[in-house]
Amino acid sequence: MLRQLPLKDLFLEYRLFSSRTIVLLVFSGLLLLVLFSRLLYLQVIAHEHFTTLSDDNRVKLRAIAPSRGLIYDRNGIILAENLPSYRLEITAEQIDDMPATLAALEEIIHISETDRSRFEKLLKRKPRFEAVPLRFHLSDEEVARFSINRHRFPGVDIQAGLARHYPLGSLGVHALGYVGRIDEQTLKILDSSNYSGTTHVGKTGVEKSYETVLHGTVGLEHVEITAQGRVLRVLKRIPPVPGNNLYLTLDSRLQAAAEKAFGDYAGSAIALDPKTSDILAMVSLPAYDPNPFVNGIEYADYTALREDEKEPLFNRALRGQYPPGSTVKPFIGLAGLEQGITSHQSSTYCPGFYSLPSSTRKYRDWKRTGHGTMKLDDAITQSCDVYFYDLAWSMGIDRIHDYLQHFGFGKQTGIDIQGELPGLLPSPGWKRARRGEPWFPGETIITGIGQGFFLTTPLQLATATATLANRGLRMKPNIIQAELQAGSSALQPPVRRIDETIAVNDPGHWDAVIDGMIHVVHGDRGTARRIGHDSPYRIAGKTGTAQVFGLKEEEEYDAEAIEEKLRDHALFIAFAPVDDPQIVVAIIVENGGSGSGVAAPIARAIMDSYLVDKAP
Amino acid sequence: MRPRLPTSHQDASRRGWQYRLHIDAPLLFALISVSILGLMVLYSAGSEEAGLIQRQLIRLGIAFAGMFAVAQITPQVLQRMTPWVFVAGILLLLAVLIMGEVSGGAQRWLDLYIIRFQPSEMMKLAVPMMVAWYLADVRLPPNRYQLLAGGVIITVPVLMIAKQPDLGTAVLIASSGFFVLFLAGLQWRLLGFLTALAAAATPLLWHFMHDYQRQRVITFLNPGNDPLGTGYHIIQSKIAIGSGGVFGKGWLNGTQSQLDFLPERSTDFIFAVLGEEFGFAGILLLFAFYIFIIIRGTVIAIHAQDTFTRLLAGSLAMTFFVYVIVNTGMVTGLLPVVGLPLPMISYGGTSIVTLLAGFGMLMSIQTHRKLLPT
Repeated sequence: MLRQLPLKDLFLEYRLFSSRTIVLLVFSGLLLLVLFSRLLYLQVIAHEHFTTLSDDNRVKLRAIAPSRGLIYDRNGIILAENLPSYRLEITAEQIDDMPATLAALEEIIHISETDRSRFEKLLKRKPRFEAVPLRFHLSDEEVARFSINRHRFPGVDIQAGLARHYPLGSLGVHALGYVGRIDEQTLKILDSSNYSGTTHVGKTGVEKSYETVLHGTVGLEHVEITAQGRVLRVLKRIPPVPGNNLYLTLDSRLQAAAEKAFGDYAGSAIALDPKTSDILAMVSLPAYDPNPFVNGIEYADYTALREDEKEPLFNRALRGQYPPGSTVKPFIGLAGLEQGITSHQSSTYCPGFYSLPSSTRKYRDWKRTGHGTMKLDDAITQSCDVYFYDLAWSMGIDRIHDYLQHFGFGKQTGIDIQGELPGLLPSPGWKRARRGEPWFPGETIITGIGQGFFLTTPLQLATATATLANRGLRMKPNIIQAELQAGSSALQPPVRRIDETIAVNDPGHWDAVIDGMIHVVHGDRGTARRIGHDSPYRIAGKTGTAQVFGLKEEEEYDAEAIEEKLRDHALFIAFAPVDDPQIVVAIIVENGGSGSGVAAPIARAIMDSYLVDKAP
Repeated sequence: MRPRLPTSHQDASRRGWQYRLHIDAPLLFALISVSILGLMVLYSAGSEEAGLIQRQLIRLGIAFAGMFAVAQITPQVLQRMTPWVFVAGILLLLAVLIMGEVSGGAQRWLDLYIIRFQPSEMMKLAVPMMVAWYLADVRLPPNRYQLLAGGVIITVPVLMIAKQPDLGTAVLIASSGFFVLFLAGLQWRLLGFLTALAAAATPLLWHFMHDYQRQRVITFLNPGNDPLGTGYHIIQSKIAIGSGGVFGKGWLNGTQSQLDFLPERSTDFIFAVLGEEFGFAGILLLFAFYIFIIIRGTVIAIHAQDTFTRLLAGSLAMTFFVYVIVNTGMVTGLLPVVGLPLPMISYGGTSIVTLLAGFGMLMSIQTHRKLLPT
């Protein structure tokens, strides 16, 4: 029974309640309408937008590094390869007791302080489910030891990767170069998307100059991840395109023979094929092993290399600038013939010194007693300085400069390795601009024997010699013989570039200087006759000696008496066989003393290795 | 004179099983349907947590049992119990404020050694009961003194709960009390005055808010403000719902939900999981059940035979709607984030028990009606 109170009007209350209920329901309906409009907006109108956001959330791109192209020599011998390299990784979330695990690991695998501190730094930065590397480059023995004990270490794993390796070690390192870890400065200039998975980049030599060819194209993986970044599955995979393989023009056998021929001397040698201008050997000694650089050389080892007085890191072949000395004489002689200053008949008397009419200064010949009456052929054969003093004085510095330019002196050869220096072909204009001094007549005279300001690189000297061997055809030297695109079998040869064809007034002028050079090796009085008497093929060559230490006018040069590092540089340029030149060499032996005694035998050894020991 | 009440057409069903067991079949059917849908969504949302579904099932079992138990209590007994329940609730809230357990930065729990207990849950039912009890003997519409008394009954526990702080529950309890006053005939003029007063008091409210509550309001007004901090929840839930589209990504296939991008996805933000995996269609289905439950509750209220039961039933039905609209509004970014679960769906203990106890009262009111002479 309802409680009856006189003041309560139940029917009125009921109507009031009902109307109030309807008001609330209508109000609720309006709220629902707002909610459903919102849902329609989210799920129908802006659906695409939110789908994109949702995909952006869950799909991440992961870069897959392409494998770097291999480098071979001209005969297919591998110079740079990618070897499997093993690293030890630990996944923190699977480890109960990290210190105990590390202690136990230490018993079977060497873990240095550096490894440990790097590991601990990474451990704090990375999520717990991600594997963190503890050690790189495990030895085979370490891999084996760990594999036996693997059951003791859940959460510890060995991962294989690829690491650059140079199987021939220091051989040809200045041409080949090496790769190293990408540092912050390099990172700024690299294409960051293509290098997003890459850890190493070419630092010097071919590895640096052909970086874009060797690197390849990065691959991509679309992976689905959780909010914490854990990878669940791969949705799409675009495989990386490996880098192209390169075949160098270098002949590693010849390179080895050349490096061996130097013995303990520092210096540089270039051997090239004059027909193609392909570089067969590029020696710069002392050399160094590039392998430690790949994964970060120890600081002490690097300091030792850098502070070595003989500068093993210095690429002498491209960056060493030496006075050409007497090796320049055939070129000066040709210049004199071509410009009608001299002929192969005209002669100069050599009393052992030369002086200008207006001056008392004497320019001495290397032979103090003098050579007597010299024609061009004799002057080249015996390397008579006085003849060339006189010729240079008659020609004048401007004509010397202009003519020698045709052989590429004083400018880069354009070889496809970065870092080449241009040498220096002096001229009055250069001296005024650079030094603010006038040109002195005496400077013209010593330019005639390749001294003074004159500087060449070994590569320049070789290119000039090849131009001589080719009777005027000057080509850009190549280090790349062919490029092999990944997945294709067709070799792509490089574009050979002819830089200049020197036109002569009389082709006989070529014969005149080349005959002189032949007599250097094969003549009775030739400065390099010691390498010529037993040679099975005919060689055209020229010795040279570049002063490191200036002697006073009356002083005697005594090789034994002066310190080794102040001794003259020995030079030799040559090509052979004379009738059909197949190899051109340019040798510089630092502090070697004399071109004939030290440099010429090295050239002979290189040419023998190429022409005689050459496989059929 | 006794008013004619529209009960005659129901006489035929009076003898049915529903009346013997004191169960309202339509309500029961809708509640079970929502629970099944909720378990499905929860299974997907909490897939990586073992035992989640089992625990929720046990909770649902206890809650439904509680509902049946409450349904057996006659409205008259409920009415008599009301003041005692209310006073006990106030005392327990006091106890919480003095010696409650701190959990998640808020002091809400009371450890009774046997069970951990949130007295604020009890007040969800005790407050509307108390206001309805107070107005049961009053000539309606109530005069302003009676309204003031009703206001005090509501405000005291609401302030105590807001202080814990538990803004969501405070809002819910305040609205349940308000619905009783409104259904009893709160004058429109007074309502307008109160609304204006509330608007004027907003800056004052801001002053009393905790930092995290202010942050929530700021985030609501500008979610892009702090996308990885406080705005993260709402940004991710909008992405989940929006990317679900009309038909959803399919059960267990929601990337936002399955890949951990959606926070609180088995509790307060479970609506976003539903929206992502079942799309607009799934949401419509859920709302079909919800609307049915609210309409059924309102019908029971209209059929109620006295002031106490009518006001109580009306308030319970409307409070359920507030529950739904506040949670879905918050998850869709229409309202600031207040920690309220989605009724019957969200994972969580006491709220389901309280909710179903309330429905037990509705069933009791519906099935304990007296046969009235026509």
